[in-house]
Amino acid sequence: MGNLFKIALRNLRRYKRRTALTISLIAFGVIFVLVFVSITGSFKQLMITQITDSYLGDLQIHRRGYVASIENLPLNLNLTPAQVSVIEKGLDNIQEVEARSERIKFGALFSTFAETTNIRINGVYPEKEFATCPRMASRIIQGEKGIGALQKGKILVPELLARGFKTKIGDTVVVVATNKDGSVNGKTFVVSGILESATGPGGRDGYIHFEDAVEILRLQGKEVSEIAVRVKSLGRVGEVAQNIRARLDGEGQKQEQSGFEIHTWSQLSPFANIANMIDVMTFFIKLMLIAIVLISILNVMIMAVYERVREIGTIAAIGTSPRKILSLFLVEGFSLGVTGAVVGVLLALGIIAVLNLLKLSFTFGQSAGLILAPTIAPLDVLTASVMVIVVSLLASAQPAYKASRMEPIDALRHV
Amino acid sequence: MILVVAQSLSKTYATDSVEVKAVQGVSFEITAGSFLSFVGPSGSGKTTLLNLIGCLDKPTSGSLTVAGVDVARLDRAQAAAFRGENIGFVFQSFNLMPVLTAFENIEYPLVMVQNKLPGERRTRVLELLQAVGMSDQKNKFPDQLSGGQKQRIAIARALVTQPKLVLADEPTANLDHETAYTIIRLMKKMRNDLNTTFIFSTHDTRIIGEAEIICTLEDGKLVRCEEAHG
Repeated sequence: MGNLFKIALRNLRRYKRRTALTISLIAFGVIFVLVFVSITGSFKQLMITQITDSYLGDLQIHRRGYVASIENLPLNLNLTPAQVSVIEKGLDNIQEVEARSERIKFGALFSTFAETTNIRINGVYPEKEFATCPRMASRIIQGEKGIGALQKGKILVPELLARGFKTKIGDTVVVVATNKDGSVNGKTFVVSGILESATGPGGRDGYIHFEDAVEILRLQGKEVSEIAVRVKSLGRVGEVAQNIRARLDGEGQKQEQSGFEIHTWSQLSPFANIANMIDVMTFFIKLMLIAIVLISILNVMIMAVYERVREIGTIAAIGTSPRKILSLFLVEGFSLGVTGAVVGVLLALGIIAVLNLLKLSFTFGQSAGLILAPTIAPLDVLTASVMVIVVSLLASAQPAYKASRMEPIDALRHV
Repeated sequence: MILVVAQSLSKTYATDSVEVKAVQGVSFEITAGSFLSFVGPSGSGKTTLLNLIGCLDKPTSGSLTVAGVDVARLDRAQAAAFRGENIGFVFQSFNLMPVLTAFENIEYPLVMVQNKLPGERRTRVLELLQAVGMSDQKNKFPDQLSGGQKQRIAIARALVTQPKLVLADEPTANLDHETAYTIIRLMKKMRNDLNTTFIFSTHDTRIIGEAEIICTLEDGKLVRCEEAHG
């Protein structure tokens, strides 16, 4: 085998320019794929964590049917205290759950005494909400940054509303809401902070303390609209959701409760569609890489066989078996692929490192100043490399087969 | 001991419109250790006959036995294996691998055909380099060698597998007279040293006399085989 590689490498060195060009093309393809995957991957990851850590949570648990009506924030589809108890017990026993936040969501009127508008309110326990959505604090662009901003009697007002109503920190405002029995109730709040808008549904909601929400809505017991959950590893959110679903379905039936529904962030946020589009684009970029490698290697190997017909005839005549001739050309294609992949991977890693040093920033939707930090997973590097090498072998197969099937007598006559 | 036996051997090439009878009903026997030359003008069938003996081609009719094997019955892989074990080739254009050194060119059949161990390969190659007078050129690539030197390397390559038979098709055609003569003498020396049968084709009248048996071909027919005098 060592001799096959020696001969193959020397043959590749014989046509220096062609070999260099082919390796460059393959390397270019690998660089393109890896840099693209790293940038889009980091963009995707950044956006997902922006969404999940800012307001959504990694997954949410609702009463069955709530999400279908989520635009109306239906109070009659809140989780009952009994259901909440079941869910909380269930979540307490799941190790992958890092934090959870019970929320009461409702539509209300927001009044500064001079002007009134609609607002969507989240009633939350500040400690739990800040633990479930750790970027919450950084979204407070004015006012108290910590959990103090959501003490009872305080309200975090969304940026756009505050701007439109010229609301300032310390202003007193009134929130009026209709409870599920149809009666109306209101409560005054002191504006404790202005909340930066975030991309996606729920990104422009106001926040008050959970108990203030209970008071406004005159709820009996601990009813909640949703329980947002933060998991220890976002990559395993689907698996955790399955685990929770299995546990809660069992518990729910035992207690003769109506079912729960669990949705991961990707089922709740429209950004999942963009993430899917990125995955589709990545797939097509990989297809392009395959095409580049296939065409480059096929071209160079066809040329190699065509130019070395007499040589093939000679080695066949002196007794080299067709299988060894096949191997000789396969090893040449393989060597091209490996060299191209190694060069491409090294350069791509260099480019990714430079991009990280440059700290490129970008704006997406309502989020500005996002810093791009491209990273590439070892698995992606391995996948691209293996793909290149396998395609190199496939591309070499036809010319190699042709070489191995040449009749030595015809090949020796070739001019 | 008879090494090659041909009986009524014929080879016809058919193209779309023309049928060429390259070899017609040729019968002969070649004894092991012979130094034999097929002679004749261009198109007389010398190369075709060597190709048939070398299992590079199959006869249209007749039988051909080389080293006791009916070579017409061998398939591609069997023929390759048979050539690798029993036959060495010397080509008119030397046909050395340009990417390998002189040493590596001679070593090639031991690596790729006979799978010999490195120690044995080295010993055999160095012996042959010595025998063909090319020891000091062993690390040179073919494009750094003269025509005569290339052919010496080609002869060493043909002999390195210790074949029963070496076939040389016009081995001196690309060489000047003096070098051609040296090469033929070298082939004869190697036959004497190793008792390997050498069969070569030529139409070069200057070196025909070096053969011990001269078989004359005309229009694909074997006209005569005679022992050379002197």
